[in-house]
Amino acid sequence: MIGLTHYLIVSLVVFALGLFCVLTRRNAIGILMGVELILNSANINYLAFARFGSGNYDGQIFAIFVIMLAAAEAVVGLAIVLGIYQTFRTIDVSATETLRG
Amino acid sequence: MQLSDLVFFAIAGLTVLSAAGVAFSRNIVYAAFSLMGTFMGAAGLYVFLAADFVAVVQVLIYVGGILVLMVFAVMLTHRIEDVQISNRTVGLAPALLVVAGIAGIMGYAVLTTAWPVIEPGAAVATTADIGNLFLQEYLLPFEFASVVLLAALIGAVAVSRKELRSE
Repeated sequence: MIGLTHYLIVSLVVFALGLFCVLTRRNAIGILMGVELILNSANINYLAFARFGSGNYDGQIFAIFVIMLAAAEAVVGLAIVLGIYQTFRTIDVSATETLRG
Repeated sequence: MQLSDLVFFAIAGLTVLSAAGVAFSRNIVYAAFSLMGTFMGAAGLYVFLAADFVAVVQVLIYVGGILVLMVFAVMLTHRIEDVQISNRTVGLAPALLVVAGIAGIMGYAVLTTAWPVIEPGAAVATTADIGNLFLQEYLLPFEFASVVLLAALIGAVAVSRKELRSE
């Protein structure tokens, strides 16, 4: 029987892969993809606890807000990435170090 | 083992494998398409968790919106000639160390905590109840969400437009 722990482990693996992606990527879009993985794993946790922990809809409402914020984050993040590309002609984040002291 | 368990493991495997594709693929285009597998797999998991409305929202917004936007950004920024090295990775060893540490702690917490689990009821349609909650109990966060989306819209336009000189 599939229980809460199964979902938590799937979510944990997706979170770990997303964190790895954020830490190792040098492509700005790759980093944004890692952030999306982390947000998805958080959503799986919210829904798993809504189903097996509380039994009401609060977790689902939170998941919808997370999806909404992920959309806003992706829009602004990709606009910034395109701005960086127009300035530096690359989206490698280690090349954009104008502000490094 | 029931059939639904097999379907769960198939969907969970799809989610995890395509997340690994996002994390390890050397080509950013492959990573972007791998991300679609993760989003669809997560939507499948939401259906298993009796969250039909959230699953549909996930498909509409993530796959239909965010992923298309990401593919657009990939195609607009990525030069065709360096397609092989478009997704360079650095610092593998320290990142693996950090991720293994955090995942170990979280896995220990997941496996050893006695979660207060209830027996889930039958899956019912959630859309009407979620709509009522949004317009009653969660009305203020809902309105704030629309303001945040408007700010993101204006911010994205302001960041990405060309500077216009008046003279």
